Parts: sequence; C-alpha cells; structure tokens
Amino acid sequence: MHAHMKPAPMKGKFFTPGVIILTLIALNGLVFLAGRFFFGIGSVTNLNNQYPWGLWIAVDVAAGVALAAGGFTTAALGHVMHREEYHVILRPALLTAMLGYTFVATAVFIDIGRWYFIWHPLIMWNGSSALFEVGICVMIYMSVLYIEFLPMVTERFIGHVTLPGVLSRLNAPLDRLLRFLDRTLERSMFIFIIAGVVLSTLHQSSLGTLMVIAGSKMHPLWQTPVLPLLFLLSAISVGFPMVIFESMIASRAFKQKIEIDVLSRLGGLVAPILGIYLAFKLGDMFIRETFVYLQEFSVESVMWTLEVVLGIVIPLRMFLSRAVLKSPLLLFIASSLVILGVALNRINNFVVAYTPPYAFGSYFPSIGEISVTVGFIALLVLIYRVYVMIFPVISVPEGPATPQTKYAIRGKQ
Amino acid sequence: MKAQDRRSFLKTAAAVGTAAVGMGTATAAAGPKNILSPDRMGVLVDTTVCVGCRNCEHACKTAHDLPTEPLSSYGDRSVFEQMRRPDDTALCVVNEYENPKNADLPYDVKVQCMHCDHPACLSACIVGAFSKEENGAVVWDTDKCIGCRYCMAACPFQIPAFEYHKALDPQIRKCDFCIERTTKGELPACVNICPVEALTYGPRDEVIRIAKQRIRTYGDRYVDHIYGEHEVGGTSWMYMAGRDFKDLGFPKLGQNTAPGVSEAIQHGIFAYFMPPVALYALLGAIMWMTKTRKEEGL
Repeated sequence: MHAHMKPAPMKGKFFTPGVIILTLIALNGLVFLAGRFFFGIGSVTNLNNQYPWGLWIAVDVAAGVALAAGGFTTAALGHVMHREEYHVILRPALLTAMLGYTFVATAVFIDIGRWYFIWHPLIMWNGSSALFEVGICVMIYMSVLYIEFLPMVTERFIGHVTLPGVLSRLNAPLDRLLRFLDRTLERSMFIFIIAGVVLSTLHQSSLGTLMVIAGSKMHPLWQTPVLPLLFLLSAISVGFPMVIFESMIASRAFKQKIEIDVLSRLGGLVAPILGIYLAFKLGDMFIRETFVYLQEFSVESVMWTLEVVLGIVIPLRMFLSRAVLKSPLLLFIASSLVILGVALNRINNFVVAYTPPYAFGSYFPSIGEISVTVGFIALLVLIYRVYVMIFPVISVPEGPATPQTKYAIRGKQ
Repeated sequence: MKAQDRRSFLKTAAAVGTAAVGMGTATAAAGPKNILSPDRMGVLVDTTVCVGCRNCEHACKTAHDLPTEPLSSYGDRSVFEQMRRPDDTALCVVNEYENPKNADLPYDVKVQCMHCDHPACLSACIVGAFSKEENGAVVWDTDKCIGCRYCMAACPFQIPAFEYHKALDPQIRKCDFCIERTTKGELPACVNICPVEALTYGPRDEVIRIAKQRIRTYGDRYVDHIYGEHEVGGTSWMYMAGRDFKDLGFPKLGQNTAPGVSEAIQHGIFAYFMPPVALYALLGAIMWMTKTRKEEGL
C-alpha cells in the first residue's frame, strides 16, 4: 500500500462523451417525472389498486438503501474498529452513502401520493409501523451522513472562501463558521459515526419487516418472519462489494491507479459475510420447507434461483479464491454479482413475491417508471462526479513537496 | 477525534444513551386511536338471502358523494358476468356466484371493508392515519395520510383503494362504516336500504349469536362457518354462506391477527429502545478499545 495517500479534488474536464449520455438519460427521466407531478402517479406508472408498490419502491428505495450500505459497513470497519489500512475508501464510501440516501429520499418523495406531506412522520407517530421506523431512521441517518461529510467541506474551503462581488463581505464570517464547525466536529464526530452504524442496522432490518405484514399476499419463497435478519445480512454483505465496484469505476473515470491492495484485502472480508447470509437464507428455507416451491417452474422459482445462484453462490466461490482477489477484473465481476444479487432480492421481495388475492393482471413497470429510475441513477452518477471534483474525496498519491500543515493554505482568521 | 479524551468520550456517550431512552418512552405511547370496545357494532351479511339488487351500491355512493348512475340502471344483471372489486369509485360492490344446489337462486356477495378488530392498515400506516373507533369502524384521516399506499400492501382483503389519477390530494378510499350516519344513531346506508334484510346491523356479539341461531335452525341452508368471526382475529363484518367461502371469492385466512408477527418483530427490536442503546454502547466500547490499543502501539 502507498504510505502517503491523500484525498484531493479530482481534476479534468467535467464533460466527457459518457457524461453527455448520462445527462440525456437524466433529462429523459425528468420529463416523465414532470408527468407524475402534473397528472398523478397513475399517468406515469403501471401501479393500480392490486399492485400499490412497484419499481420505484423496489429499486429506488429498497435496493437504494441496501446499496448505500457501504457507508455504515466501512465506517464500522475504519472508524469503529480503527482499521487504518482502509482509510482511503472511507470518504468515497461515505459520499456514495450520502448521495444514495438522498436518492432514496427523493424516490420516496415522488412515489408518495401526497409529497407535500412528506414531513408528517416527524410529528405523527405510529410506533407499530415498520415503515414509520424506516422513515424516521432514514431521515436521521441522512442528516448524520451530511454531518459526517462536513469535514470534507471544511478541509476544502477553510482559507479558500472567495465569494465574488457583494457576497465577498460574507467571506470572513463563512470562514469563521467553517473553522468553528471543524473544531466542534473533530471532538464530536465519534457520536455521529456510532449513531450512523446503529441507525443503519435498525432501518436496514426494518426494511425487511415491511413486507411481513403482507402475510399470505407474499410468495412463501420470500415471506418469513426472519426477513429483517436476511435484509440486514444482505445489506452488510453488499457493503464492501459496492465500495469495490464504485472505487474501480471512479479510478477508471479519473485515470487513477486502482487501489488493488486495499480492495483485495476488503474483498477478502466479503466471503465470510456472504457465507453467513447464504447459511441463514438456506436454513430458513429448510426450516419452513419452502424448497417445494422450487420444483414448479414459475416466475418466482426462476427469480429465486437467479437471485441465490448468481447473486450469492457464484460470487461466494469467487471471493474465496485468492486469484480472484488479486485480479482487478475478476474482483470487479464478483462484486458486481453480489450487487446484482441484492438488487434482485429487493425486487423479488417487493414486486415478484407480491401476489394480490384479487389480481386482474400482472405488474410490469411502465416506460415512465423505468425512465425515472434510470434517469435518477444517471443523475446520481453525475452528482457524484461533481462532488469528487469539488471536494477532497478520492485519495491520490501525495507528491514529495506537499506541505505538512493541516490545510494547504492557512487563511486569515 | 484526536482531541477527544477518554473521560469526555464516556460522558457524551452516556448522554446520548439517556436521550435515546427518553425518546423510547415517548414512542411507546405514540400511535393512532385503536379501541377494541366490547360494545362494538357488527354487520352480518347473509349471502343466501341477498338477491343482488345492488341497491346498497347506490345507497353507498349517494351517502359518500360519489358520482352514480340512476338507481333504475342498477337492475342490469350483466355486471355479474365479471368479478368486481371495491375501488375509489365504489366503496362496496356485489358479486354473484353459482348456487350448486339451485341454479335459479345464485349467491350474491357484497364486498366492502371488513373493519378488522386488529386492522393491518392501522398497524402499518406510517403516520397513524387509520383509527379503530369505539363502534368498531376503521376510518381513514385525510389530514394525516401521505399517500404511501402501505395500507394497501398490508390489507389481507385488498380493500383500500387509491386515486391514482389525481395529481393533488389523492385519497385512500374505502368503506368507513358510514361513521357520520352511525354516530348520529342512523343505520349504515347499505343496511338501511337493503330490501330483503340480508344485512343485520347490531352489537357484534349479538350479531354472532343470531348467526349461530340461524345455522342451528336451518342447518341445510348454511355451511357451519361464520366468516369473519375468527378470521385475522375477528372482523366487524361477518358472512354466512350456503357453500364453501373459498368458492365465493373469500381469501383463506388464519385466525392470527394480520399485524401480529410484524408488530412482535417491531416491538422486539425496539423493546424500550434497549437493543439500539445496547448496540450503541457496544460499538462505543469497541471504538474506545481499538483506539487504546492503537495508542499503546499494539
């Protein structure tokens, strides 16, 4: 490992051909989104009274929360267990989580029929509702993530606040505010870091409790009282693969060297976690004897098999191999499979498994729903790019002449 | 983190823990009105008496200010060719099923909200927009609802309907047990209009007694099962039938309450906020110990 890695804003042109394509995809999504706000949810989606929840809840919310698990898993590893060797991945993972949860909150905002009442859960409580618990935890956790991100803001802008024109009068007060934040956060950050991990375990599992109440409306291959545990275990197991996946893509996008030493060590931690998840998933299947449903050829049995074989068994075998851990390409493939598996699991739980007692057809997402989801993912990637070009998130090898002070340039107090 | 000494670390951690416990006691009391009164009312639907005139559908729409065709058009029996479900335009509907014993006397089944004794919608709702009232009615509050549609995913009878084509103020629509009429001492609109007395409104216990009486007296007319007496822990609306309920479009449900398992999990995870606080303390301890080890150069 390079001993002197230091986070720095990425340099280069913002607009590349890839970025332009992503912008077009995002714009297309926003057009359909406008339809949802002007003409109602029914005009854009295929949702109806039989299928109240669809793609937006399954992918944007449920899979979104799971794939943002890199934030709390790496925080537990790097900050709580003080494993210094992983420090280079902490900031990118935090940024992914922060933007991921923002994406989730936005998805909730567009999916609920009365978006202007989104603040209601803050004052109207229902302690027995799993959704209430998820909602409150996600709101608090998102605030915690933004607080955890603040040190990157102070680091970047202390001594660099140069607003133009009339606003320049605000420069000095803003700088003082940043310095105050920096001092306060340095002493209290551990509170937020632990809170972030606790809040994550809570809502990652409660997300699994959500569908328990649907009872017999949910296919027995997925309906089980241990759903919260399975959701938590799958979220933990997708955390590191997500960090590996995202780190490799960012390295390629900004022409950096892939941190293969750190990433392969991180990959080494995946197999045991994934193994525990698989053990619980199969154990539950054998206790409830739901394997009988795999004998019939149905959408459910095929989707379950895809989820488990493609998303757990194959990557588990891959992560156990040293050759895979040493090869960037194979490590990338293995990580992608885990991500695919968890995304499939959330889609299966919220859409495929849901069988309404009185259905007049089946649900498949509309062009509008798919456009909005894909558009938001594109937007997320673009915002990530903006952030890493402004803030010191991704670590680069430190040059020999770098000054050793905390801030490169000290501003006037 | 470096400036943090151990004493203040513990002090702050303790303060955070206390705050969380305080929050826990507040949450325990929070929740919607959920009364299971011994005097709650019920309706008995005798599907062997119902003739399928659908006057109840018309009365229901009129009572709830929903647009409706004139009553004279409700005599059209071709609507029975397809099974219909209650939705945001009709809070109750009648479906017709064959009578294997007598083809001339088909069975007609009125479908609406069952008004569960332990409603899944009430337990699920993120803002507690549903309440179980003193008289047994499960009603929805438009001032709270955020339109998340979790009640629809939770309901075992697939009843709550959402106005998907409204951009602003979409409502969750379902039978409200004519709460406005019944609090004034009037009968629910459907019970009031029924010309053949297929619907009996009264205290739930009394209604069950009447049903059992009928089964005892006319054994060959009924199957020995009152649907809703025990299903999902009991419902305010209950049905009598001349053939197996599964052939009349009723879902096969157990006697456990719909929110039972879900609430047990939820309250287990949050038992007096102990598990989260314990986890917080555990993580704090690990953080402190690994930090100490590092400082001692191990």
